[in-house]
Amino acid sequence: MSELEFRTAVRDALAEEIERDPAVVFFGEDVAAAGGVFMTTPELHERFGPDRVFDTPISELALAGAAFGAAVTGLRPVIEIMFGDFMGLPMDSLVNQAAKYWYISNEQGSVPLVVRSAVGAGGRFGAMHSQAHGTWFQGVPGLKIVCPSSPADAKGLLKASIRDDNPVIFLEHKRLYSVKGPEPEDELVPLGRASVVRPGTDLTVVSTMRGVPDALAAADRLGDEGIDLEVIDLRCLRPLDVDTVLESVAKTNRLLAVEEGPRTGGWAAGVLGAVAEEALHELDDVWTLTTAETPIPYSPTLEDSFLPDPDAIVASVSERLGISIAR
Amino acid sequence: MIGTGTTEAEAPAAYLERYARMLLIRLFEGEMHRLFLQGHIHGTTHLSSGQEAVPVGICSALDPHDYVAGTYRGHGHALAKGTDPEALAAEMLGRATGICGGRAGSMNVIDLEHGLVGCFGIVGGSIAAATGAALSAARQGRVAAAFFGDGAANQGYFHECLNFAKVLQLPVVFVCENNFYGEFTPMVDVTAGGDIAARGAAYGLPSRVLDGNDLWAVRAAGLEAVESARSGAGPTLLECQTYRHYGHSKSDPATYRPKDEVDRWMERDPLALARGRLLESDLEEREIEAVEAETSERIERAVEAALEAPFPDPDEGGAREFRE
Repeated sequence: MSELEFRTAVRDALAEEIERDPAVVFFGEDVAAAGGVFMTTPELHERFGPDRVFDTPISELALAGAAFGAAVTGLRPVIEIMFGDFMGLPMDSLVNQAAKYWYISNEQGSVPLVVRSAVGAGGRFGAMHSQAHGTWFQGVPGLKIVCPSSPADAKGLLKASIRDDNPVIFLEHKRLYSVKGPEPEDELVPLGRASVVRPGTDLTVVSTMRGVPDALAAADRLGDEGIDLEVIDLRCLRPLDVDTVLESVAKTNRLLAVEEGPRTGGWAAGVLGAVAEEALHELDDVWTLTTAETPIPYSPTLEDSFLPDPDAIVASVSERLGISIAR
Repeated sequence: MIGTGTTEAEAPAAYLERYARMLLIRLFEGEMHRLFLQGHIHGTTHLSSGQEAVPVGICSALDPHDYVAGTYRGHGHALAKGTDPEALAAEMLGRATGICGGRAGSMNVIDLEHGLVGCFGIVGGSIAAATGAALSAARQGRVAAAFFGDGAANQGYFHECLNFAKVLQLPVVFVCENNFYGEFTPMVDVTAGGDIAARGAAYGLPSRVLDGNDLWAVRAAGLEAVESARSGAGPTLLECQTYRHYGHSKSDPATYRPKDEVDRWMERDPLALARGRLLESDLEEREIEAVEAETSERIERAVEAALEAPFPDPDEGGAREFRE
């Protein structure tokens, strides 16, 4: 069976949607001639020409603002804000212009716009090139936030995001770009639906992006010890699919949320809160595994220790369940 | 004599219509002032009285399907582009019949049907909205225009978008309404170099300073800039120097402006200038008065109808976060 690389999935999704719909345009910094700094968009410029795929100045505010203006006048722009950390710069346009438009215009128009960015730590990029900005935007009504964990989902979710009539923040984890996986079964993956990627009975682990394969690796090891994890990939932070988590917790009665980000203001705590509100009586235990409340460090020893990797998940579960596992 | 440059050949009647549109804005703003003081309009509002020649001059140079983005001082932008005064008044009053159903209010008016991409409550936001609309406009044979104040010339939006639009040769006209005060602060105190048009020139845009109280001058410059944009020659910056008759917002009596400065500008009221110029033409004063009476009645009817309109019902539901 043929395998799909994550970065190729992104490229293919873009190519197929640019091909399919003449309103789709793609622009950003170094995305056209250079093919993207993470080599996610090679050959699109050559194939579709400068009217459809073009480079822009390093001007994130103009990029997002122009994409907004284009989206409300007939185009369906996809832009790349190279690193998620740069998302502070275009925030006014995304939060005040794009997110609110559908509602405050009294539904005169919506904003079909996708903002792709590379996110996440583990690449030794330091504190200003390693963050995941999903939670910066999670409290903004009108935005969708998509965060795939596999090549198949990356493709189906990106295609669905481009076809969505609302503004979508699309996160691509840097430590997933070289991951290979099965080709997608369906062309589109609907936004706002979590996926049970591993069924289990003892404990529900929810995560996103790189946290999902890490949780699966931890589940394999804990399985050897007789602990059966159910792993859920949220796939979207907004809309957040709490129902799938509730169904799982009804079975396992325990919930761990693994987030590559601080606990304060993070999505993990939000999921726990939503589950507690709906199903307190179902719960034997809930907790989070998150990063320290510090900026992301550079040095390999510091960064490795900072991240919730499979070892950290195994250790956290073992400690919480009161079992001892040989390392 | 009517007209300068490319507008010279136009019949006086065309300018009578534009004068009436300026008057419509002036009377609308007067009514908003009254309704605010009477407690019918809530929060804050920013009136554009004194600046009418800029949006009317520019919008008269645009086609109806061209795009415009305005500011939080945007009632004039909307009315100049064709927004129905009753729907606009109802929006100010928070009524269900408002142009945005009462969801937007004074600072964030949107009227896509008339090409008003939106008015933006954040200083400089209109510049990006028009730049983006120009990406679409380039494919549609249209043009986009951004209105913004002198304060916006110090925002990232201004510098990033002028560069962006020039690099991509987008069909956009950047229209700075320089009313010499950014909120309460004199423009010259916070604008390095003191010359906004020069900033456009630095980015390679044809950039002009013009008398923003002269309808004829604004229209002539607008026609040139719009034609240039539509022909593929890229963006232009027009710095229209003008003056607001009220303070920045409803909480501002504008005591920081020297009396002689205010007097000087009041003598150059754009409506009085336009009326004087119309009187120099072969139009009869009674023709002007007839249009004035008609405009006044139109505003009266619009406000009356808006005041009678129902408030939106919060229990009606229907608010949807996303378009399905």
